[in-house]
Amino acid sequence: MRALDPRLLRRARAARVVLIADAVLGVLAALLVLAEAVLLAHIAAEAFDGASLAAVALPLGLLVAAVAGRAAAIWGFEVVGRRGAGNVLSQLRLELVEHRLRDRPAALDGAESADVATAAVAGIDALEALFARYLPQVVLATVVPIAVLAVVASIDLVSAGIMLLTLPLVPLFMWLVGRYTEHRTLQRWRALTLLATHFLDVVRGLPTLRAFNRGEAQVERIAEVSDDYRRETMGTLRVAFLSGAVLELAATLGIALVAVTVGVRLVGGEIAFEPALIVLVLAPELYLPLRNLGAQYHASADGAAVAERLIDLVDASSAAIRGVALPPSPRDVPVRLEGVSFAYPDRQATVLDAVDLELEPGETVALIGPSGGGKSTIASLILRLAEPLCGRVAAGSVDLADCAPQVWRAQLAWVPQRPTLFRGTVADNIRLGDAAAGEARVRTAAELAGADTFIRALPGGYRTLVGDGGRPLSAGQRQRLALARAFVRRAPLVILDEPTANLDPLSAELVEDAVERLSDGRTVLLIAHRPELAARAHRVVRLEAGRIVEPQVVAA
Amino acid sequence: MMHTLHRLTALAHLPARRLTLSVLLGALAIGFGVALMGSAGYLVSRAAERPPILALTVTIVAVRFFGLARPLARYLERLASHDLALRTLGRIRAGFYERIEPLAPAQLEGFRHGELLGRMVGDVDVLQGLYLRGLGPPLVAVLVAAGCVGVTAAFLPAAAAILAAGLVVGGAVVPTLSATLGRASGRRQAAARAELTAELVELLRGAPELAVYGGEAETLARVRARDGELSRLGRRDALVGGLGDGLSILVAGATAAGVLAVAVAAHDAGALDRVLVATLALLAVSSFESVAPLPRAALELSATLAAGRRVLELIDREPEVTDPSAPLPPPPVPATIALEGVTARYGPEEQPALEGVDLTLHPGRRVALVGPSGAGKTTVTNLLLRFLDPEVGRVTIAGNDLRDYLQRDARRMIALAGQEAHLFDSTIRANLLLARPGATDAELEQALDMARIGDWVRSLPDGLETLVGEEGVRLSGGQRQRIVVARALLANAPVLVLDEPAAHLDPKTASELVGDLLAAAGDRSVLLITHRPEGLDLVDEILTLDAGRIVKRTSAVGQAAEIGASRPSVSPAPVVQSSPIGSKGPVSR
Repeated sequence: MRALDPRLLRRARAARVVLIADAVLGVLAALLVLAEAVLLAHIAAEAFDGASLAAVALPLGLLVAAVAGRAAAIWGFEVVGRRGAGNVLSQLRLELVEHRLRDRPAALDGAESADVATAAVAGIDALEALFARYLPQVVLATVVPIAVLAVVASIDLVSAGIMLLTLPLVPLFMWLVGRYTEHRTLQRWRALTLLATHFLDVVRGLPTLRAFNRGEAQVERIAEVSDDYRRETMGTLRVAFLSGAVLELAATLGIALVAVTVGVRLVGGEIAFEPALIVLVLAPELYLPLRNLGAQYHASADGAAVAERLIDLVDASSAAIRGVALPPSPRDVPVRLEGVSFAYPDRQATVLDAVDLELEPGETVALIGPSGGGKSTIASLILRLAEPLCGRVAAGSVDLADCAPQVWRAQLAWVPQRPTLFRGTVADNIRLGDAAAGEARVRTAAELAGADTFIRALPGGYRTLVGDGGRPLSAGQRQRLALARAFVRRAPLVILDEPTANLDPLSAELVEDAVERLSDGRTVLLIAHRPELAARAHRVVRLEAGRIVEPQVVAA
Repeated sequence: MMHTLHRLTALAHLPARRLTLSVLLGALAIGFGVALMGSAGYLVSRAAERPPILALTVTIVAVRFFGLARPLARYLERLASHDLALRTLGRIRAGFYERIEPLAPAQLEGFRHGELLGRMVGDVDVLQGLYLRGLGPPLVAVLVAAGCVGVTAAFLPAAAAILAAGLVVGGAVVPTLSATLGRASGRRQAAARAELTAELVELLRGAPELAVYGGEAETLARVRARDGELSRLGRRDALVGGLGDGLSILVAGATAAGVLAVAVAAHDAGALDRVLVATLALLAVSSFESVAPLPRAALELSATLAAGRRVLELIDREPEVTDPSAPLPPPPVPATIALEGVTARYGPEEQPALEGVDLTLHPGRRVALVGPSGAGKTTVTNLLLRFLDPEVGRVTIAGNDLRDYLQRDARRMIALAGQEAHLFDSTIRANLLLARPGATDAELEQALDMARIGDWVRSLPDGLETLVGEEGVRLSGGQRQRIVVARALLANAPVLVLDEPAAHLDPKTASELVGDLLAAAGDRSVLLITHRPEGLDLVDEILTLDAGRIVKRTSAVGQAAEIGASRPSVSPAPVVQSSPIGSKGPVSR
């Protein structure tokens, strides 16, 4: 029964705070439970002997006070736990996004972004169940039975003996069944995520499905997939719920046994009514916390799985080796790939095979070759979104692996094949290239990228909201915004990944001219397949199946 | 609220038989528990009077029976209710999908993918708890509470009155209070969660660009702000959520004390047997087990309703494109497809995406549609597929308005290889089969070969079973494009719409691909949407679209060369072994 990942306790102060507060509240609650039982039995016994209401007024008042105290303690558990869960998850997800941005921006490990985002936000429910319900129950299940047993033993050893006999059955069965369900619960969480991913994928692909008249067929498929999941989960639950059933059986049989033996011994005069009643009132309290614990177990396992998953993601090793040296500027020294080989971890094929490439300061190099030849990977390596398996990427004589990636990237501009538009205005998106750029510079950059005309035609001009949920832009328009981003950045080295692939002839021509302007005094790596574009390069390098096949120099 | 609840139960198709079974089992489980404590209290009290042991036999048997029956009833109840919840999830997902399917894509355009994600995964999953956490506990509580009050009333009506009052306060007032306190917060929390999820998805997807451009700080600040907002709401919710549990304990304890006080007084007055004092007190204490889950159930129910309202709001949108009441029979094959004086726009405030466009595609003809981005080329495909209806003019198949056919009959005529076509996170085979379910491997391979990607697929260790990843992320741009093209070819529709089939491809491959595609199209009509020169010499007519209007019509083969030459040629790089078409430069605007 591993409720809390030790890494979570080490990492999150909030988790430790919850544990300490729960321990204090748990002891308080246990004492109040005992007080309530003793008072209730006392009042009933007095009444049995014929006491009037006035005679039991004081114990009645104390009983109500004890109840109020216990209510406050229970409230405290929830408040502490929920706040703790919120703080822990918030800390984990911020650490996760920071880690992603800093160390693994290219997300080569295949952890799908939607999946991770879901876990990092919707995981709160599972984590709240763990912190606000399960952990307090762990404390209560430890403190209350000990207190109850101690009190019962001091009153009636026989009843304490019965309780001691039935009680160990509870944790034993919990452990047995828990061991079995823990693994299955993790599987179930994965299955649920898969199901959600499948559902989202289907919704995203709706236009395509409709175009092929397959939209309606998916209803059945969704129902089918969900039903498979249900059957599978019910299989797990039939066993998982057994732990709860065994717990309850031990508890209810325990109560029944205590009641019957105490009753028989009362008849024999071996025990008095008041102590007998205290024992009976306390009997359910002995098992209640353990039963509640069983009821929360599955929720807690979900919570623990969420925390574990996020911690695993945060702890995943960095893709970029993070040196601290200051790299020289590509303005002054050549950037070189020296015998670089590369393969993606989840694919078998070698992407680059001992590639040598040099970019002299101020030179424009066109990288051409068939699709899938490794051109974009070279861009990733220079951008340090990936690290070579063999060989090195160097600026002058300095290995980039020894340099701080941020400092190095600050000198680069990049237009990827499928640029992302972030939620915000058009101007914000261009300004990503240089946060300090004023309106005039943003405008100039857009003009250079051939984007100014279409931007001004948008209803909000440069203030039009774009990105997820904003105004949809065509592929060509997105490309030109990304180009404007590169223009606004005054970087000595620019990497353009097929910048004209999605442009109409007019824009393509504008971009080609702009690329020429941009290459003035800058180093440019131009991944291209259009001859017009490659023609403007000083040098054309052809990459095929991960190898440079014919480096050629164009006579200036 | 009742209205929403009613519609949600309808959406979830809660089966009455299973629902009744769950409620009955739940009531039995708690009822047996109450009976166990009540009978045990009676046993001990009666035993204290030292009757002959035989007089206790029936009570002893009852105590043991209740002790055994309760766990069994509880186990069966949990299975029944979870089964119900899981059934609900599947039905709600399918029902939701069914309703939004006719809205795509035009009426879902404004939805953020991230937010959609938040809605599906969050809201729809919340709805699965409709019975388990929302409807079940109150139904069970009403049954059990009524039973307990009835039994108590048989012995001491005054105690029954107190118990009833306590149960109503604990089971209705407290839950309503916590639900009211938590409702606004819960609603905002769902919105804040969706916002945060959207930010996270964007950040994780765009991480490479953020890393390169150093935009991390700003984005992180935004995520932090969203996160802070959600955490603030969470802290407020924490106070409310726990309050219900605490108050329940207070009410239960106070009621038991009240019942005890009344019983003591009644016994003192001679109106109650002394054996029943402890019995009634214990019965009262244990009867609160039935209402204990209600505060949380009320919170859950209000969160469920909030999520449900958002889901309903989305599925209540009326599809703008609908089937006619008296549809024409499916159009003949082959048939002429045409746009006749079409003006179309995406919303009342939007600029027209197309204005007065005429376009005719006779059987077997090849027409190219060229023009700058944003000229309205994609709108033409949206109209042909009837994702959008024209505002003025009409789209026709075989001379009849597209709106007079069933949507599926009309769409069967057209296969689209679109620029934005979606590849599903599945195998290459599954993605292809979409176009023709039941296609044989040979047919799949033939389509792949025509799209010039058959050799590559065969070279993969898993072949057709290769997983393409989320939105085809494991494939290169060119590979994605070809799979999409192969899928369209497989559909075997009389009209093939190729939307930028050569994007992401180098000129040599591009012109080969377009040539192959046009050849593979056979006697199908082809609408080639492009901004590149490849293949323009192979079409019958070239229409140039600009700002939603057709500005130029060039018919007859051979014009492409003229168009290509209209741009001053640049000195080609020596290394490129480009095709004659490719080297002529792009099409003129």
